[in-house]
Amino acid sequence: VSTLETASDVARRPFSGRRARFGDLILQGTAGFAALGATVLVGLIVYKIVEGARLSLSTFGLSFLTHVVWDPVHLKFGAEAFLFGTAVTSIGALVLATPLALAVALFLSELSPNWLRGPVTALVETLAAIPSVVIGLWGIIVLAPFLLGHIDPALHSALGFIPLFGQATYASNVFAAIVVLTIMILPIIASISRELFLGVPHELKEGALALGATRWEMVRGVVLPYARGGVAAAMILGFGRAIGEAIAVQQVIGGFTGTSISWNLFSPGETLGSKLAANYQGASSGLELSSLIYLALILLVFSLLVNIVAQVVVRRSARKQGISAR
Amino acid sequence: MSANAVTPLERPADRLRRRKAVNRGMELVAWLAAAVAVGFLGILVFSVAQHGASELNLSLLTKSQVGYDPTVPQGLANAFAGTIVIVALATAMALPFGILIAIYVNEFAPRPIRTGVSLVLDILSGVPAIVIGFFVFGLIVVAHGQSGLAGAFALAILMLPFVARSTIEVLALVPDSLREAGLGLGSPRWRTTLGIVLPQTVGGILTGATLAVARVAGETAPLLLLSSIVGNGTSWNPLHALQTVPVAIFELSESPYPQDHARAWSGALVLILFILFASLGARWLATRNRRKLGRAGG
Repeated sequence: VSTLETASDVARRPFSGRRARFGDLILQGTAGFAALGATVLVGLIVYKIVEGARLSLSTFGLSFLTHVVWDPVHLKFGAEAFLFGTAVTSIGALVLATPLALAVALFLSELSPNWLRGPVTALVETLAAIPSVVIGLWGIIVLAPFLLGHIDPALHSALGFIPLFGQATYASNVFAAIVVLTIMILPIIASISRELFLGVPHELKEGALALGATRWEMVRGVVLPYARGGVAAAMILGFGRAIGEAIAVQQVIGGFTGTSISWNLFSPGETLGSKLAANYQGASSGLELSSLIYLALILLVFSLLVNIVAQVVVRRSARKQGISAR
Repeated sequence: MSANAVTPLERPADRLRRRKAVNRGMELVAWLAAAVAVGFLGILVFSVAQHGASELNLSLLTKSQVGYDPTVPQGLANAFAGTIVIVALATAMALPFGILIAIYVNEFAPRPIRTGVSLVLDILSGVPAIVIGFFVFGLIVVAHGQSGLAGAFALAILMLPFVARSTIEVLALVPDSLREAGLGLGSPRWRTTLGIVLPQTVGGILTGATLAVARVAGETAPLLLLSSIVGNGTSWNPLHALQTVPVAIFELSESPYPQDHARAWSGALVLILFILFASLGARWLATRNRRKLGRAGG
């Protein structure tokens, strides 16, 4: 940058100094204004959401988070069932997607024959580009009935002693949402991890192989430890995506109408996002609308937290190992 | 490495055999995982193609939705029109804004501001689409009602970090020698930026814009809130609520009637085909552009 500044020698310009500087000022001003605008936009989003939620915030306060019932008739609103649903579906999806995604990334970076690498990489990225509403459509018509018919009863009979795997009654249930979210975050974690694995220095890998390690031992001893921080960040990003997903989850999760939370994965449920998507046609009262925006506020806070944690993890691992994980 | 310690009962040959077996097992797992990931995509695309092909005909593009009436041939013309209008408007808003941000970040901003702005872009791209929807709902819809314009504004917010970040990336690829040549010939900073640097990045910006369009064309959550309560018939007027393809798929997917499902599938098929072609086009543009920039960099 310093060379640029010394090069802008005003005396040599065919433009008069003032005209040139005026033009520079306009471009720098407009561009800077746009950058400022983006910052203001983020602030405005936070402000508007907080403002919209204010009525519910002042009515329910933090007890909103620990009340289960959502009752528009008696104007009693609480988010606990949705918080629970969001936690269960996101953690479930992360648990299913992470090993699968890491294996895909290892396949693409270490194992795949060359002719297969390009197409499979492109396919995994295409999976990431499929709109959530299409995945949800497939989920509600193809996946959920299949799970109800084959997978849910099998899991129930094998693992039924764990309260998570109860009797399946509806095709639309929490487990279907977990599977749908898994499909959605798998390509995110896989493609970031693949890049991280490809960034591991060849000398380290070759050193391990030269010492007689098998390929798996090389991966376990060199590749995974080297990319650990970045993989954690990728998982956090996938987790954030799972938390914020509204449409596909709403299509397959069924909806929560009861008064008590069920641990059974095969019963219908609701997440923050799916509740918001389900109530798109409006609310019956100002308090209900404000409570919906309170849910949006919780989602917003989660997404900010996820972002900050991911940044911290990336920074720390980059400092420790000198890799640029981005 | 305690797992690799030789236990006294084990002969070295056995140990090697075991290590090789573990290795082979893990390789098999990775192969299977890749097959599962590709399989998911295969099954998804196959389902959509199989179910969607039956209704994929001309009346899909020429007839509008008229509610549930199996006796009348229906299409999704209104949804396609709305999606085209809303996505075009969103692109028109996000593209110049994003390019300006990228120019500022890459050509003008001092380092701390540069980090700050890219943090803002990160935060913005992490905000869930449904939250953006509620933001625009509070900003516009509460006072003025639903409109295609409100939907376009929300989609533009979703596109903005995408466009800005991809433009920053291509701007950073332009070699400094080009900037120095421009400045050395006496052209002021703004002319160098707009006349020499920016034209080098047109391909890259187009790639980013295409990917952004592909991403938001299927975006449903904000449009449900902002542009979903529509009448019958096709409208191109963004001042009213417009039906869109993703919202139509969402509504039809929750309908109990199989005819509605069939149209949801064909809408999904068209949407996926569009996104696939857009991504392929973007990929092609990107490789072409990289080759060109590589030559310019010498």
